[in-house]
Amino acid sequence: MRGNPYSILRGGWKALGTQAIVWDEYLTGPFGLIAQYSLLKEHEVEKMFTLKSGKLPSADVKNIIFFVRPRLELMDIIAENVFSEDKMHSSRDFHILFVPRRSMLCEQRLKEQGVLASFVNIDEYILDLIPYDGDLLSMEYESAFRECYLENDQTSLYHTAKGLMTLQALYGTIPQIYGKGDCARHVANMMLRMKREFAGSQNQILPVFDTLLLLDRNIDLLTPLATQLTYEGLIDEIYGITNGYVKLPPEKFAQKKQGEASKDLPTESKKLQLNSAEELYAEIRDKNFNAVGAALSKKAKIISAAFEERHNAKTVGEIKQFVSQLPHMQAARSSLANHTSIAELIKDITTSEAFFENLTVEQEFMTGVDTDKVNTYIEDCIAQKDPLIKILRLMCMQSVCNNGLKQKVFEYYKREILQTYGYEHILTLNNLEKASLLKLQTSSRNNYPTIRKTLKLWMEDANEQNPNDISYVYSGYAPLSVRLTQVLARPGWRSIEEVLKLLPGPHFEERQQLPAGLHKKRQQGENRTTLVFFLGGVSYAEIAALRFLSQMEDSGMEYIIATTKLLNGTTWIKSLMDRPESQIS
Amino acid sequence: MTFITANWNPLGEAFYRKSELYEMCWNLRDGLRDCLVAAAPYGGPIALLREPVRRSPSSRPQLEIYSASGVSIASFPWKSGPVVHLGWTRHFSMGQEVVQSQVLEAKVFHSPYGTGVAIVTGSSRFIMATNIDDLKLRRLPEVPGLQGKPSCWVVLNQDRQTKVLLSTGSELYILDNTSCTAVSLPGLAPQGGSIVHMSVSFSYKYLAVLTDSGHLWTGPSHLQDKMSEVDTKKLTPPKQMVWCRRPKSQQPSVVLMWDRLLMVVGVCQDTIQFPTEDQCVLVGEMDGVRIISSTNQELLQEVPLVCQEIFKIASMAPGALLLEAHREYEKSSQKADEYLREIKEQSMLGEAVSQCIEAAGHEYDPNTQKSLMRAASFGKCFLTDFSPGQFVTTCRELRVLNSVRESSVGLPLTHTQFKQMTLQVLIDRLVYRQFYPLAIEMCRYLKIPDYQGVSRVLKHWASCKVQQKDLSDEAIARAMCAKVGDSPGVSYSDIAAKAYECGRTELAIKLLDFEARSGEQVPLLLKMKRSQLALSKAVESGDTDLVYTVVTYLKNEMNRGDFFMTLRNQPVALSLYRQFCKLQEQETLKDLYNQDDDHKELANYYVTASYREKRLESRLSLLQSAVDEYNKAKNEFSAKATEEEMRLLRFQRKLDDEKGAGLLELSLQATMEALLALGLYKQAEQLYRDFRVPDKRYWWLKLKSLAEKEEWDELEKFSKSKKSPIGYLAFVEVCMKSNNKYEAKKYVSKVTPEQRVKAHLAISDLDGAADAAIERKNDSEIATVLSRCSAADRLLIERLNRASTAKK
Repeated sequence: MRGNPYSILRGGWKALGTQAIVWDEYLTGPFGLIAQYSLLKEHEVEKMFTLKSGKLPSADVKNIIFFVRPRLELMDIIAENVFSEDKMHSSRDFHILFVPRRSMLCEQRLKEQGVLASFVNIDEYILDLIPYDGDLLSMEYESAFRECYLENDQTSLYHTAKGLMTLQALYGTIPQIYGKGDCARHVANMMLRMKREFAGSQNQILPVFDTLLLLDRNIDLLTPLATQLTYEGLIDEIYGITNGYVKLPPEKFAQKKQGEASKDLPTESKKLQLNSAEELYAEIRDKNFNAVGAALSKKAKIISAAFEERHNAKTVGEIKQFVSQLPHMQAARSSLANHTSIAELIKDITTSEAFFENLTVEQEFMTGVDTDKVNTYIEDCIAQKDPLIKILRLMCMQSVCNNGLKQKVFEYYKREILQTYGYEHILTLNNLEKASLLKLQTSSRNNYPTIRKTLKLWMEDANEQNPNDISYVYSGYAPLSVRLTQVLARPGWRSIEEVLKLLPGPHFEERQQLPAGLHKKRQQGENRTTLVFFLGGVSYAEIAALRFLSQMEDSGMEYIIATTKLLNGTTWIKSLMDRPESQIS
Repeated sequence: MTFITANWNPLGEAFYRKSELYEMCWNLRDGLRDCLVAAAPYGGPIALLREPVRRSPSSRPQLEIYSASGVSIASFPWKSGPVVHLGWTRHFSMGQEVVQSQVLEAKVFHSPYGTGVAIVTGSSRFIMATNIDDLKLRRLPEVPGLQGKPSCWVVLNQDRQTKVLLSTGSELYILDNTSCTAVSLPGLAPQGGSIVHMSVSFSYKYLAVLTDSGHLWTGPSHLQDKMSEVDTKKLTPPKQMVWCRRPKSQQPSVVLMWDRLLMVVGVCQDTIQFPTEDQCVLVGEMDGVRIISSTNQELLQEVPLVCQEIFKIASMAPGALLLEAHREYEKSSQKADEYLREIKEQSMLGEAVSQCIEAAGHEYDPNTQKSLMRAASFGKCFLTDFSPGQFVTTCRELRVLNSVRESSVGLPLTHTQFKQMTLQVLIDRLVYRQFYPLAIEMCRYLKIPDYQGVSRVLKHWASCKVQQKDLSDEAIARAMCAKVGDSPGVSYSDIAAKAYECGRTELAIKLLDFEARSGEQVPLLLKMKRSQLALSKAVESGDTDLVYTVVTYLKNEMNRGDFFMTLRNQPVALSLYRQFCKLQEQETLKDLYNQDDDHKELANYYVTASYREKRLESRLSLLQSAVDEYNKAKNEFSAKATEEEMRLLRFQRKLDDEKGAGLLELSLQATMEALLALGLYKQAEQLYRDFRVPDKRYWWLKLKSLAEKEEWDELEKFSKSKKSPIGYLAFVEVCMKSNNKYEAKKYVSKVTPEQRVKAHLAISDLDGAADAAIERKNDSEIATVLSRCSAADRLLIERLNRASTAKK
């Protein structure tokens, strides 16, 4: 999976001469993952603007290229841009590139606005699955979950199916498809249909993936709600990772550069790229945070020992060898310094009482303690006016772990929220209900304990330092989604048929016929590869758990992860909130 | 097998053979007399027009088309004017100018640009079109002194230019686009006389010219050289004169045909004469000449070199020896070994095998093919590294050729022609002749990828099938589905479009149902005005953009009521349209919910709308609508909550008016907070009671608010108003937050025993904490206190440790 299957210059880029790109702002993040500005510059991109209504900024270029998602509101802005432009210049060529694909609806809109004819080129830039890391693909489609479960809009699933077809064109037909959930079923159906459409023209490529597992987010609503306890998960929970970057408070980093310390503006946050290209990060990202300190200090010892080596270097040859390793060592040292700082920042938070109390309540819910009563901690948090999203996360968690809240409890919470945070949140509460994150308990039977026990979702004394089970990522709770993945590989879903029936949506298995001669002849001990696709988002902790499974010696399975979007409880709940126009915060 | 050479005739160094291809299936009453006949090359069909020159204006001659074996393919009356020449092209029309002047003679030719036509008009002008698919007529320059038609003429292709070579009897001219040049034939004897006949070879490279003195001149068509000149000793002009060559010809020849005689004149001056009994027609092929008579058809060709080597009497070529060896082997004779040894000694076994395979390809008789292939297979056994490719390919190709040569199909293709024509074209020909099963068999047998093979045939079959008027839609659709199935590359929508073109809309719809690509179905369905169906297909495809497109189309096509009804039956389309309305047409959204009696969404809609409203009155009225709808939806909680909201808004408004408190837009909690901050305790109290705010939350609020304002007396009073629902540790902590230890101490004693240690620690009273912990004999509390002790608290530490050990 290494290497970028997409080339920025593939297709679409037909404009000749100098160019200015007008970006749909949402796209700049995902595009940053595949092309740097410098690369664009090499291809005569002189200027970059953000798409804004009104007049286009002036730029001395021959071509204006709009890079946009196919959304009607953006078409209106483009129309405005083009109109105001035409009066001053007439020699410029307009192009429009839709990401990830063309839309007749949008073109119709441009036509209605009377600007369609102004475009020399209308094309699409097919970008469904963006390589996020060596083993991770994301569509960076933030609203996928909301669209699927609240609005019954399956656009994202269509793109998913298309993306998987592209992936199969590059990496071979995936012979086995498993899935659980309505969206999964829908995607699989579309894939099989598309396969028929493309039949005969398929590439003769030896399949890289043995299995595709499609999982709906709504079969496991619990996992993203829980606070992630891996290093990367905590960075995301606390500071938020967007498109592979994190912004951190600068104080801890400023002092590191002693000479220039004074010059550094302490107000400007420190931006770091996080991916597996950084050796140390790759090593610690998926560890439980409690194991990170030890790992860092071990690393520190190794690095300083390596630097000590210079005293032992006697001969010219030895010195030369030492010097040749120096850049690598210095990079390692600065990486170590960064992560030590980040770990310190996180530790301040994880050792706070508030964090501890929150975690305790979460774990109580997950183990099924008092989930049917009004929780005093939630109550207190509301009284203290803690952030609404935190309250909602806990509330949803309680609801999910109790298979719905009793009417009295439910209405009490809702009233508390409306009175404390404002009545406008009635819409958000309605949304959460619609997405089944909150619900009224209708039957007296609570399925969650059955599911928890059968799938061993709660492991007492999880080993955080040297884990032997995926439950380490939440210090005890094993993410349901990953457990399902694990069971699928061994012993198979047949063994948990009863539990699968308790989860929403159908589970299914499909086989795709491979052209003769492309059946893999597996070597003894060679790993199978499964692509796990999370429809509606995946958390870093779940990714960590899957990586852990890949690394387990006896698993015999390697996992590649794909998703519509990387999320955590906070960003997820946020995407489901309705914020009436009057409320801007 | 010796009789193979029975029909061989020597011509110079080479041999010519005339072998029968077919006994013609046709039944021609008058033979080929008074007929215009044209046969397409590569074993193509024969067109036959009886009595081209009308006896009376009312008689309509019949144009008949037969396969090469004489099976009738088509027949129709010729309705246009008299016919001067018959040739094979595609359908075209030459335009008005030609119609006005009479056409005296015409010739069809093949140029690098395609199939062309040249004519001589009544005004003795040549008009030419080099490609009839892209018809551009060119008038060639006038020929000096030409009256009527020339005595003979041919079309030549030279250097990608098409020219006409014509003879007016004594003079020879070359006509090209711009000029008319007189030329002479190099080396033609002066006594030659005037030219009566000309013929150009299949490849347009060679020219044969016959004079009235019976001299035949041959040479390359660029007229720079002479190959030979032969005196045929015939003074009557032949009926037809055709080149007979083959690739790598040893001895090219020209075939001349008179009424009762066929003469093959080799370049070597040698001739072969065949008597003929019947009227014949000669058809030039790339590797021979087809001779069509009313009863049979023969192929005249130079025997390929490899066949000569093998079959020539007493040949010692390796192939010949191998064939002999195999023959002996079949007879179980040890001579087989001798022959083999002989070949092997010369290390010619590979060569021998290749020869046999190649020769098999050139043989027309399956038995001969078999014996050659068997010999090759036999020889192969003694070779270790002979690549089987040639053998396998030839086997396959021969089977294909034998099956198309069948009289019922009637394509007498030679192997050489087949290679030149390519398999693709052969399949196309079979398809055009509607030999679908054979074509499919062939594609499967030769393992052609479906895309170029089976699917292409099926596609053609299907578009032909939909035009069969005698079959019902149902029957056609069923047949289509059974035959085409999921064959890749066959587009049902293309077939459906064809059906629609033929006016069979119902059939088109049935066929579209089989189309896998919904995206392809939708535009045609819309075109056929089947918008509802288009919508469900769009939904099926999962492509939301496609759904939107159809929805937009429907919206413009239908009246609103019908449009809504249509959407109602398509939930996916409906929710997409709702999304669209949410962003673009709020009012329509309301109508949609109304139509569906979706009270809950309607209520939410009103709530959302209320937030866009600036004026309080309109806002309240929208909220009232929301309340009504929530009630209709039996959503009691939301109805009540919204009523509460309205009550709060009215309250805020009142207070804002009275006191300028600036409460509007604040939540209930924030309102109470603001009231407390303003010292409006009574009003805050009122809200607390009216809105049934839980005690706990209210106590927290008031506690924090009073501490913030440092109203310590008020706080103490409040603490005593009733038993605190949030306990008293909260009081201690809040006071400490304001750094008031004095006030904090007041509440320590009221704290529950469980929280006492914590309370003491909060005010940094280690002794008190230690006392409490020891009293409660609680280890973890003792430990907590210990952890807060510093070295200076030695006594305390000792006391705690003692208590801890005493317990144990």
